[in-house]
Amino acid sequence: MKSQTSAVESEDKFERIGGSSIGGGTFWGLGALLTKTKRFDELLQLASKGQHSSVDMLVKDIYGGSYGYLGLTGDLIASSFGKSATADKEFSKEDMAKSLLHMISNDIGQLACLYAKLHNLSRVYFGGFFIRGHPVTMHTITYSINFFTKGEVQALFLRHEGYLGAIGAFLKGAEEDNPNQYSWGENYAGSSGLMSVSPDMNPMQRARSGTFDMLEMDRLERQLVNLPLLQDPSSYIPDTVDLIEDAQAREYWLYCFEEALDGVVKRAVASQPDIPEAAERAEKFRQKYRHKLQTLRHQPFAYGSLTVRSLLDTREHCLNEFNFPDPYSKIKERENDIALKYYQKAVKSLEELSWEDRQFALVRGVLAGNVFDWGAKAVSEVLESNPEFGFEEAKRRLEERPWLIDSFDQWLERLKGPPHRCALFFVDNSGVDIILGVMPFVRELLSRGTEVVLASNSGPALNDVTNSELQILTERIAAMDPVIESALREDSLTLIQSGSSSPCLDLSRLDKVLAMVVRERQTDLVIIEGMGRAIHTNYYAMLSCESLKMAVIKNSWLADRLGGKLFSVVFKFLPSCVFGHH
Amino acid sequence: MAFNCHQRDDDIDEEDETPSKLPRCKKEMPGYFDNEPQNEAAAGRATPERLASNSTARHRKDSVKKTRPPFPWFGMDIGGTLVKLVYFEPKDITAEEEQEEVENLKSIRRFLTSNTAYGTTGIRDVHLELQDLTLCGRTGNLHFIRFPTHDLPAFLQMGRNKHFSSLHTTLCATGGGAFKFESDFRTMADLELHKLDELDCLVRGVLYIDSVMSSGPLECYYFEDPTDPDHCAQKPYTLENPYPMLLVNIGSGVSILAVYSENNYKRVTGTSLGGGTFLGLCCLLTGCSTFEEALEMASQGESTRVDKLVRDIYGGDYERFGLPGWAVASSFGNMMSKEKRESVSKEDLARATLVTITNNIGSITRMCALNENIERVVFVGNFLRVNTLSMKLLAYAMDYWSKGQLKALFLRHEGYFGAVGALLELLHPS
Repeated sequence: MKSQTSAVESEDKFERIGGSSIGGGTFWGLGALLTKTKRFDELLQLASKGQHSSVDMLVKDIYGGSYGYLGLTGDLIASSFGKSATADKEFSKEDMAKSLLHMISNDIGQLACLYAKLHNLSRVYFGGFFIRGHPVTMHTITYSINFFTKGEVQALFLRHEGYLGAIGAFLKGAEEDNPNQYSWGENYAGSSGLMSVSPDMNPMQRARSGTFDMLEMDRLERQLVNLPLLQDPSSYIPDTVDLIEDAQAREYWLYCFEEALDGVVKRAVASQPDIPEAAERAEKFRQKYRHKLQTLRHQPFAYGSLTVRSLLDTREHCLNEFNFPDPYSKIKERENDIALKYYQKAVKSLEELSWEDRQFALVRGVLAGNVFDWGAKAVSEVLESNPEFGFEEAKRRLEERPWLIDSFDQWLERLKGPPHRCALFFVDNSGVDIILGVMPFVRELLSRGTEVVLASNSGPALNDVTNSELQILTERIAAMDPVIESALREDSLTLIQSGSSSPCLDLSRLDKVLAMVVRERQTDLVIIEGMGRAIHTNYYAMLSCESLKMAVIKNSWLADRLGGKLFSVVFKFLPSCVFGHH
Repeated sequence: MAFNCHQRDDDIDEEDETPSKLPRCKKEMPGYFDNEPQNEAAAGRATPERLASNSTARHRKDSVKKTRPPFPWFGMDIGGTLVKLVYFEPKDITAEEEQEEVENLKSIRRFLTSNTAYGTTGIRDVHLELQDLTLCGRTGNLHFIRFPTHDLPAFLQMGRNKHFSSLHTTLCATGGGAFKFESDFRTMADLELHKLDELDCLVRGVLYIDSVMSSGPLECYYFEDPTDPDHCAQKPYTLENPYPMLLVNIGSGVSILAVYSENNYKRVTGTSLGGGTFLGLCCLLTGCSTFEEALEMASQGESTRVDKLVRDIYGGDYERFGLPGWAVASSFGNMMSKEKRESVSKEDLARATLVTITNNIGSITRMCALNENIERVVFVGNFLRVNTLSMKLLAYAMDYWSKGQLKALFLRHEGYFGAVGALLELLHPS
């Protein structure tokens, strides 16, 4: 937007195809001359209040209406500033600023379209420091692009538009360090989001950062890539609900996360009982996260796409910032210990069942285990009040079939066929879930001759099991179970970190090693467990191999949305989605 | 400027074009009604006679006369800022014709041709007059007149005063104003407009004027060596085989057309950053009030003080992408700084406005030419009137950024083509 146009062919192949001298500097320079405003943002604020039709000559000013023959509507601008060539009138600053904004945005939009047309491109990304998330600018540019291409070309904006050059320079400088081996993620705690839009709305932020925005990025020590089994990586969107589009859902989730804050704060403090300033830090965390939620209420797009995943991840980042990297650590330990005690008994009773009954029991076991989730509002309340809520009890209370989504019959049929070569299992919670639900299920797969890859979190999130914890757990289980022990030894059971530290799952950002192993082992079954990974995200994900998504819905609003009730079961088995097979 | 018109009485040396020498009764001339106010009664009585005499005179009328509209012949283009008027002054009026000529028609003819300025803002561009033109079997001069759209009411008042409506001629008008002011024409001057599309008229007008074999200078020209300010010269250009061409009409706003043949053209795009923008911004920035003033200031100013150039950012050329240091990186970019704002003159600002608008039009034009695969670009419109600065800039920009592939062409009659097209529609309805 400064004045350059480049066509980008691939990550390192691009060409500067042209430019224009009319850009942000023109807007600022002419704006300063015409309105005597000194600051760029002030100019934009003036523009947002102005009426350009007093300054611009519109088609209707020339035609008395629309120019029907050519289909030009009366409100289109025929000549920018066309009415200001008169000594008779004074024009307001707001009107002139608006006119200027239109003039420049339309011009840039038009040139972008001409270039796009010449090079046959359908997407135009706007970078540079001109836009800054100002709705009126983005709106005008989008309108302009739509107008000049009749909707064929899409205008896209970048939240961190102004930083692109600097980030690039940084990465270039870090080249000796081989930056391609890393991946980067935005740190929601440190980033200010689109702050410059309404400086008057966020007094706290303003006091802290003055008039500039901040972008904080985390360098992840391991590279993240696509899951090779995604049917169409280029169109894959992990999230099930777009909270920017869906106002009702947004309303609910923002409220939900705000309500849950107390519990989260208490949990955080309780996780560091020996440290006196934990309470203080927890309070700061509360302030910060609440502030983010409030910002998002007013500006849902402040941090880009707004989803349950981003709300969860933001919470995790904020907890991390105030030194609560793993508030559930002790709880996880305790629950693991309890569950391990039951393990052998659970396995033995399963072995006594008929094959068919066992398949059903295994599935119910995973589902029942999945109920034990501190993330869910309903369950955490119960767990708080009744820690002895047994596994058996959970199984008994599980929804009767037919489940809300019920493809168990197809799954059973499939199991009668040849064993899968390799199953990739994205696991969820610690404790009962992983030990009494998932592990027996995995055991069964292994005894059929299917290899299993267990993918768990790289970093902690709620009470989800992490890879390092899983390593320990599996060792302990191997000590009591020869099937698991030999599988580990023979490498038919492998544990790999997923690359994620979130309660949700983005299949386009997985640890590179995991992707490699998935390919090597010719994985033909993907299992995703839990609300965060199979419902908030990936509910509609299409994979090129067979997939199984299992979860219990522990949020009554969401259950209602999906047509069920609290603790409804989702058991979605899909045969492979490769074209030609279905 | 020499007056180009003299009373017809003096030199009736043209042969009467009618085959027989029967005296021409004014009642036989198509459209010449006997409608002077004091003669209304006479007209009523005269009608039956007229019909009778018409039938005897009919054999003298050739096909051209049968379809030829009555005088006066005007073409009008009512734009956003200016009204362009084209008037055909017949020079082959016979003595009889003159005798029968209705008084107000005569007075209109005299008024228009004996003045070069009308009221305070009307101007006749005498240097553009086309002499000895034959249109529809008549020979005469084509006059080019303009006045601000703002003064249209005064024009209408004049039309009323001269009883223009009593001439019962069709007034062919194009431009947005033909639509916008249609009812005003009716109520204020009792005139019915025949409305035409402005682009149809534009294309038609351009093609016609260029085809006219006139003893005057060639209509089309270009600039040789536009990149060399000392040697840049205006050279004539023969626009034969003009198709396809990109026609860029720079008025208050800009329309860009691709013309493939006489009857096949399309509007490629337009931009709202046009002549109106230049004038509007200039007025706001410098306090000037006319186009001529703005141009005068621009000619004295230095835009490089206002614009931020590549060398202001790079200290020289941006070699990687072949951008020379003197190229403008950001128009008005220096004006972000208060100090610089205070150090530039009004002339500099006017110049920068001109350069910015002109270069932008050049950019968009160039992209259109590339997209449409056309190498020849013709610039018209009143923005270029007495605006050699912009013309040279456009010539330069086309040449430089296309590495010589595109040629910028200009036409002498700049902003009048729409009006000419309207006149042609009157004479040769399509």
